Amino acid sequence: MSILYVLIPLGLVLVAFGLWAFFWAAGDGQFDDLDSPGWSVLDDDRRPGPDPSPKPDDPA
Amino acid sequence: MTPVATPCFHCGEPIPRGLAIHARVSGRDEPVCCHGCKAVAEFITGAGLGDYYRYRDTASTRADEPARPDRWSAYDRPELVERLTRAEPNGARSITVLLEGLRCAACSWLADKALSLQSGVLDVSVNPATARARLVWDPDKVRLGDLLRVLEQVGLRPHPLAGEPSEQLALLERRAALKRLAVAGFGNMQVMMFAVPLYFGEASGMDPTIREYMRLVSMLVSIPVALYAGWPFYQGAWHALRARSISMDVPVSLGILLAFVASVWNTLRGHGEIYFDSVTMFVFFLGLGRYVEMIARHRAGSVADALARLAPMTARRVRAGQAEDVQAVELAPGDELLVRTGEVFAADGTVLEGEGRVDESMLTGESTAIAKVPGTGVHQGTHNLGAPLRVRVTAVAGNTVLSGIVALLERAQAERPRIARAADRAAAWFLGRILVGAALVFAIWWYVDPSRAFAATLAVLVVTCPCALSLATPTALAAATAALARRGVLIARTDAVETLARATHLLWDKTGTLTRGLVRVEDVRALADVPSDRALAWAESLEQMSEHPIARAFLAAGEARGPASDVGVHPGRGVEGVVEGRRLRIGTHDFVEELGTGPSPGPSVAADTATDAATPGESWVYLGGEHGLLAAFRLTDPLRPEARDCVRDLAALGLPSEIVSGDESSAVARIAARCGIERRGARLSPADKLQRLKHLQAEGAVVVAIGDGINDAPLLRGADVAVAMGRGSALAQTSADLILVRDSLEVLPATVELARRTQRVIRQNLAWAILYNLAALPLAALGLIPPWLAAIGMSLSSVVVVLNAMRLSRGSKPRPRAEWPGAGQPETA
Repeated sequence: MSILYVLIPLGLVLVAFGLWAFFWAAGDGQFDDLDSPGWSVLDDDRRPGPDPSPKPDDPA
Repeated sequence: MTPVATPCFHCGEPIPRGLAIHARVSGRDEPVCCHGCKAVAEFITGAGLGDYYRYRDTASTRADEPARPDRWSAYDRPELVERLTRAEPNGARSITVLLEGLRCAACSWLADKALSLQSGVLDVSVNPATARARLVWDPDKVRLGDLLRVLEQVGLRPHPLAGEPSEQLALLERRAALKRLAVAGFGNMQVMMFAVPLYFGEASGMDPTIREYMRLVSMLVSIPVALYAGWPFYQGAWHALRARSISMDVPVSLGILLAFVASVWNTLRGHGEIYFDSVTMFVFFLGLGRYVEMIARHRAGSVADALARLAPMTARRVRAGQAEDVQAVELAPGDELLVRTGEVFAADGTVLEGEGRVDESMLTGESTAIAKVPGTGVHQGTHNLGAPLRVRVTAVAGNTVLSGIVALLERAQAERPRIARAADRAAAWFLGRILVGAALVFAIWWYVDPSRAFAATLAVLVVTCPCALSLATPTALAAATAALARRGVLIARTDAVETLARATHLLWDKTGTLTRGLVRVEDVRALADVPSDRALAWAESLEQMSEHPIARAFLAAGEARGPASDVGVHPGRGVEGVVEGRRLRIGTHDFVEELGTGPSPGPSVAADTATDAATPGESWVYLGGEHGLLAAFRLTDPLRPEARDCVRDLAALGLPSEIVSGDESSAVARIAARCGIERRGARLSPADKLQRLKHLQAEGAVVVAIGDGINDAPLLRGADVAVAMGRGSALAQTSADLILVRDSLEVLPATVELARRTQRVIRQNLAWAILYNLAALPLAALGLIPPWLAAIGMSLSSVVVVLNAMRLSRGSKPRPRAEWPGAGQPETA
């Protein structure tokens, strides 16, 4: 059972690392907005340009 | 309104019959309801942002009035930019704006993209939860006024917030709460992991060194949970005790600290029970409930938002005969302002010059305009409907009548709701008994067998720890709040769910709730050989000089053109003027017909109202020229399509509806008949409405009030449950318990049902918790339950309570019966 003296501190180190990562993420604003970043996947990488469809009177 | 009317491509509202306005979107002509929507839809797709119409999940806000070109130019002045924005590295500036009409993630995508397209914009972040956008731009490349104009062009009206600290505070509060929650959650998992072998080791025999080791590690993990994650509870308890009152935080803190200190003591001395698992679980679940509640509170919108929307940011100051646009915060008492027709007063003041009428409904609830002559006072936030006024400023910013009202509302909002206070008293009473009981048990055992006294006392404390009891209500409410938020119902005060479940009566303020609250041109009927959209354009030209409420319907519907010339307003009858070389009249039938048949009486140029067709129900307005009538316009405040079903479903749930309206009885009767509502009151002042409410409450009724306007604020505040519409005034929302975010009534019956289910779950939870405590208490007091078993029992009873509450967030999730009319359409594009 003496392996526990190694494994439990190791586990605690992992937990501490996870908490540190979570604190960093929260402080960085990763949890401030959980809705709109999902839409960015649908977005093309290019900056939105003029409407691709035919549009003779397009002012842009 | 016919239910089959085509919905507007942009805002989803029905298009007036006979009107053919089309927006050119992705090479196709899409029908829209007005030129405001046409402009917005074409601007959005023209900028390559047409994807917005595919992503959005609710229809957009109707683009009411065409943008006034000079509205944003005040923001181009460097000293305003200086005051309103913050400096960023490399000479850039940043600003936070509140976006009105931002309703879903697609809206925030739209705002983000529309701004990113502008050259000189360095960074944009839009938060749909708080409807705020932060933008960073290079002032050398683009002006702030232009950016704000772009936002208005895509249909999201911006309200710049000058260095708003409260939003930043709320954000930090959320982040801090999230961190504490993470510590509690992680810690709880770890401690549970050690608790299981400790429990089983107790039964099967465990190496004492390992046992000591695990207890020590449990303590180590629990210390941050109890001290850091539990800190807000101690803080709350301390504040409550200092104010000589007892809040829920007091028993919670006592429970946590007692169990924690006892466990630490037992760990250090090497024997005795430890309760770290209970402590961490307690902190985690209570923190979770508080977190969900806080998110709901932040979302419901602060009073600061309301003020930002009501009071204008800019004003027109007259100095040495020169008028200039300045920011409202620059004003000082003694300044002279020019407030033009249709503008909002930026400060309190006294009229110096001009005679006109002012809409003060947001302050007084009085819907008819108040006449103003030199010497009378005007107030910040009220609307100038009449002729331009010159005003001497008497009070600004924090000293105005409006800010006084806002401060009152803020205090009312901060007060704990009465049910929560009652629950706190009950919990405090319960805890008092437990402490006395535990002391008694300790004394008796000390007399009988001192060696078992501490264990038995702790077992009593732990087994009766009001864990399940205190979790019973918050977990159920949190689950219900989350489930409702997914359906577009925001709970601003959680105890509203409990009250809603007991509700017996519904009071509707008709305008804006059962109806849409906007007078619109519903039907255009050509009476001569003139196309209907041409007639509408003429009507708008004529009405541009008028300040009549009905004129606004035309301004929203018609194409933006120059005003008519030679305009004369005939009070009570209509308007006459010359458009495109034709002499035209708009107004009552007789008035318009006179022009064609006989000489017109001399126009009275006195800018006063036409009082005739002010009924917000249905009315006809005619347009004619010298050769007779040209067109007729039917104006209505259309009924919401879902109103009838909603009223019927609510009646089936035992909630009869009643209309209390300030409108004409004919208009009220018409709407009541269409909705199937029997009881109604017309021509009621806000005080009458409140009296009707008090009368019902005196008879023992629990009343739900639904309103949207500022003049409904007294009714909403007096009601047991106040429901505000998502597009209603911001002040109405701040006095509401529930906000229908999607501005649709169809979720209301489901909300009542969920509230009742929540109430049932709370009762089950309470019954279970009390039953468990009653059964376990005597056994623990007799020393038959070792503390570790008590801890398991307590944890299990808590788990049962939490799982029962979670049923609310799963289970029946009825989809909205009708999708938003415009939302699905562009999928084929």
